[in-house]
Amino acid sequence: MSEDTGVWAYAITEDEHLSGPEGEPVELSWLTGVGEAKVRTTAAGGLTVLVSDVSLAEYGEAALRANLEDLDWLDEVAREHHYVIDAAARLFPLLPVRLATVYSGDAAVCAALTANGAQLRGALRRVGGRVEWGVKAYAAPEGEPAREATAQEGTAREAGAPVSAPSPDEGEPNTSGGAGLAYLRRRRQQLTAAREGKAAAVSGARAVHAELAAKAGDTRLHPPQSGQLSRVRLPMLLNAAYLLDAAGSVTFTAAVAGQATAHPELRIELTGPWPPYSFVGPDDDEADDEH
Amino acid sequence: MTKPMTNTERPRSSLATAGYPAQRVSLVDLLDRVLAGGVVVTGEITLSIADVDLVVVSLRALLTSVSALTDPAVGREGPEREWPERE
Repeated sequence: MSEDTGVWAYAITEDEHLSGPEGEPVELSWLTGVGEAKVRTTAAGGLTVLVSDVSLAEYGEAALRANLEDLDWLDEVAREHHYVIDAAARLFPLLPVRLATVYSGDAAVCAALTANGAQLRGALRRVGGRVEWGVKAYAAPEGEPAREATAQEGTAREAGAPVSAPSPDEGEPNTSGGAGLAYLRRRRQQLTAAREGKAAAVSGARAVHAELAAKAGDTRLHPPQSGQLSRVRLPMLLNAAYLLDAAGSVTFTAAVAGQATAHPELRIELTGPWPPYSFVGPDDDEADDEH
Repeated sequence: MTKPMTNTERPRSSLATAGYPAQRVSLVDLLDRVLAGGVVVTGEITLSIADVDLVVVSLRALLTSVSALTDPAVGREGPEREWPERE
């Protein structure tokens, strides 16, 4: 390994998964990773890592510090990294490696494998071959059911149209105060409705998570996403990942669709199936979930 | 974070499905996973892992704070991982 080259790691699997039924090796030479480098393997202690050689001028310590803050660079590298993991995860059980894990050479990779062998094997048993589904829930935008009724009611009243089901405090005849007071009352009702709509969306998101968590092997909560990055301006109320056996995916995605129908106060989005990125973490994550 | 993103995917219905077979995933969903997920296997001669973690933390803090500033919505008051698990 030359001094200006490092080793980028994508995924870890057990040696046995890299042989077909006849003992023939699984073909990986078609895979390319970051910087379009060829993916290869290196192994130690029964574990194999998918790696590629990278130039330290672009992927070394100092360069990574700068490049990771460049969203265009990050976008490209994240996709190249994901491509290798996603393609390989369709072929055999694996653990995705976090983005930007670079070693000084194969010897360093093998030393890290050996030092963490038991933990890695444990994680592989837990998540290897399983998939992750992402579910995001937003408060439904104005104009969708929860808020629409309020807006229409206000408009109808302004035009003097009859209101079929007046609420107690709004239904009183407007005997004093004139237009100004009527406006304030309407405004107050709108704010109350907005607050109630938001509260309904929050409890709806909790209910969705509880329903889906009951159908999944494990769950993880991600922080709400930046609206600027996602280009969604709605408040994000849930950003969760659910771990499923590949065979459980159909039932699970049907359950997500059912939740979307049952909760018109929410906009629900499903992503996946992903390799089990969110579930490889140390056990202390599990303390945050469900307990 | 002022640089415009190339990702233009937006929800079109109440249930938008990205998936089989792989469709272009949105960057923000990908970053949730590759920056915060994935196994971290450190060794004595792993380059820069601590520094990269710091960069990733600052990047995530930046991305999250944009959201928090523009949308002080419900469910943001606690530490990020505690909601909505606590009833």
